Amino acid sequence: MRRLDLSLPVWGLATLILIVLMGLPLGWLVTLSVGGAQGPTAAYYLDALGNVQLRRAVWNTVIMAFWVGVLSVALGAPLAWLTARTDLPGRRLLRALVMASFVTPPFLGAVAWVMLAGPNAGALNKLWRGLTGSEAAAVNIFTMTGLVFVVAIYTFPYVYVMIGNTLELIASDVEDAAAMLGAGRMAVARTVTLPLVAPAILSGFIVSVLQALALFGSPAILALPAGFHTLTTQVWGMFHYPPRVETAAAVSMPLLVATALLLTLQRRLLGRRGYAAVGGKGGSRRRLVLGRWRYPALLFCALVMACAVFLPYGILAKAAFARAWAQPLTWDNLTLRNWTFTFFEYSATQSAIVNTLELGLLTASVGAALAALLAYVARRKAVMGHQLIGFLALMPIAIPGVVLAVALFIAYTRPPLILYGTLWILFVAYVTKEMPVGYAQADATFRTIPAELEEAGRILGAGRLRVLGEVTAPLARSGIIAAWCFIFIGVIRELSASIILFTPATKVMSVVIFDLKEEGQFGAIAVLGLFMIVMTFAIVLAMEKLLGRDFMGARE
Amino acid sequence: MKRPMVWLVLVCVMAAMPAAAQDARVEAAARKEGKVVWYTSLALTSAEKVAKLFETKYPGVKVEVNRTGSQRILQRVMQELTANIKTVDVIHTSDAGHYVLLKEKKLLLKYTPAGAERFPAGFKDKDGFYYGLRATVNVIAYNTKVVPAGEAPKTWKDLLAPRFKGKLVTAHPGYSGVIATHVLALSNLLGWDYFKALGQQNVMIVQSAVDPSGVVASGERPVAVDGGDYTFYQSKKAGNPVEIVYPKEGVPLVVSPTAIAAFAPHPNAAKLFTDFTFTREVQQVLADTEGLYTGHPDVTYPADKPKLGELKLLTVDPEELEKRGEEIKRRFVEFFGA
Repeated sequence: MRRLDLSLPVWGLATLILIVLMGLPLGWLVTLSVGGAQGPTAAYYLDALGNVQLRRAVWNTVIMAFWVGVLSVALGAPLAWLTARTDLPGRRLLRALVMASFVTPPFLGAVAWVMLAGPNAGALNKLWRGLTGSEAAAVNIFTMTGLVFVVAIYTFPYVYVMIGNTLELIASDVEDAAAMLGAGRMAVARTVTLPLVAPAILSGFIVSVLQALALFGSPAILALPAGFHTLTTQVWGMFHYPPRVETAAAVSMPLLVATALLLTLQRRLLGRRGYAAVGGKGGSRRRLVLGRWRYPALLFCALVMACAVFLPYGILAKAAFARAWAQPLTWDNLTLRNWTFTFFEYSATQSAIVNTLELGLLTASVGAALAALLAYVARRKAVMGHQLIGFLALMPIAIPGVVLAVALFIAYTRPPLILYGTLWILFVAYVTKEMPVGYAQADATFRTIPAELEEAGRILGAGRLRVLGEVTAPLARSGIIAAWCFIFIGVIRELSASIILFTPATKVMSVVIFDLKEEGQFGAIAVLGLFMIVMTFAIVLAMEKLLGRDFMGARE
Repeated sequence: MKRPMVWLVLVCVMAAMPAAAQDARVEAAARKEGKVVWYTSLALTSAEKVAKLFETKYPGVKVEVNRTGSQRILQRVMQELTANIKTVDVIHTSDAGHYVLLKEKKLLLKYTPAGAERFPAGFKDKDGFYYGLRATVNVIAYNTKVVPAGEAPKTWKDLLAPRFKGKLVTAHPGYSGVIATHVLALSNLLGWDYFKALGQQNVMIVQSAVDPSGVVASGERPVAVDGGDYTFYQSKKAGNPVEIVYPKEGVPLVVSPTAIAAFAPHPNAAKLFTDFTFTREVQQVLADTEGLYTGHPDVTYPADKPKLGELKLLTVDPEELEKRGEEIKRRFVEFFGA
């Protein structure tokens, strides 16, 4: 007699969870945006359309997102190429620094840049005035340009990872072939390498645009003081009392549609190309000798990293130990007060740290497991409608955090499931939001594991679940741990959904930092921000020890 | 002659005894509840200080300070109620209009803090639901390193001078009750044209009424066009190059009420805490170290601060503030952009 095959219920359950996770909030969002107390209505859309403020915010958002995309590619692509394909010295360090930028929450970077490049009190502008004697500021962070810059220096790692991983897969043989046929270095790069990575560049661009569209913290910190809004700050404003949740839902729809369109575009552009040259096994990869070009290249890397990592953390470290962050760090100005205040007097700190850790660990574990299961089911075509799984799992990319929060707030403040007020609503938000990252990572992992090995296990009589546990899982281990790290970092960075879904008992660190920013408590922010980064790094490094390589995909 | 005195003493003792017994009962019940959840718009460091004072006096009853802007507090309270979450015990914001609304929605407990009946009229709700815990006035402040005393603004209208373009910072009425009160009072005095013209001055916008003092101290913008005078006073005391101007057209007075939520999960701790914050001891601390004004008749003020009586005060009616809250925020956004 055959043993009962439990695999199908497991596949089914995972799929069902996914459908509920995505379907429930989105269903509510659409319903509420068109549903008045007296039946269907277009009033909320008209309300949104007729609002001049809102139209201006839409335009600002489009401008910002586009330029963030451009700048992220301009920074990420050369860095990726330099680390993956050249003999640039200090490549390992460079990778570590890119990771530091990736781990930095954008809102923390924005706060740091306020202290660096505020037109009058900013450290860089003071330095500039001191050096040149000029009256005017060199840079003003409270502008659209400033905003684009600060968002891009924490978004380019996405481009870096995507292009880096593609470059690692392109074997040198094709480039060698071109070279043998007489093409010069530049010609090879232009006619062979570039077309091969073009899809990755485009993907990186689109992902950066999507990140920028969804961002809340940086615009709130940099755009509001300058007197302009983005769509996310507007949606957040609609939750102020008296709340206009229905209008918020209506406003969310264009954001949703725009992201969905971008993703479709990405898919179509990528879909047309064959990938044999990129995906192939074997083939060696040689590094280009930079020669005297290494110095400008190094300078470029140093400059980017100064902006993304060294300067911001430098100023945060200063602010953490200073009475007045804008004054020189003299003996008089030196203090431990910020530390004692943050950890021992400020009552929100300790519970926020605990909440953040709990949510980070839980979301990463559950999210990675669920993503792995789903990716496996989809790749092995284990259930009917498996084509839909990938679509559903990737769909949250198209849902900005603020919109997701609006949807979740609507869905989970009413029966049957009242989750608002508990950590669970944040958990659901995070799992949903991080699903695409986890899924993409898991899917890429299973792509490299040939089905033959599993079939061998099946032929020898093991059930599907046993094969998954004993054959596939060990092979997929490192990929899944990488997914875990991505999700964990994503949770720590999260602000846009949390800012709407928190209650005082469920504050997370990002919300506390935002709270402190609204009161201008730079010292406490610096302390908490530094603590947060050290905590994240410690946990990610511990996971990498398990993994045996760095999670962004280097195979040194 | 002797007898009546004895009687008087006796009567007094007997009158006091039930009160003392009740105090003890409240205290015991508060200890059992173990904590009080305080939504407060008092500047973070000041709020944590009051909490520590209470915890020292009543060990075993913790104060959970949730400090944010007045408008955010109202948002939290109402948003939580939509999901039937009852967290907050004591609600303290700087927007008196909130209490009109909350009272109307029957969300407040009728409770008079011990001693509050002696406070002046502007600090008391006529129905006995909320009482002014502290007060501040909105002022102009400037960084003395950047702006020489001779060039400093003296009046609200001085701020419209071209020389201050790009030099000003304001807090936001959509966040802060102090600022919402300020905008209403000044628009009543000077008209909306004043704010329209101010909006043309390329003003930096921050959120909390506490933040302009930080911005001015750092020199990011040398002149604050509003903000509670106590925040600048504290900054000045800490050694920052800040000077305060009390414009002679009048300064908007902000009385920040406090009330206990009708649904408070820790009602006894809430009463104990509220009583405590109205004691002379705490009110004096608010005046001395925080630079606030209070309604307590026995409190004395630092010599380097003007007395409330010496200032021309602009007051607002809580009912009007409640009714026109939306308009204030809408106009502000219209003039200042965000």
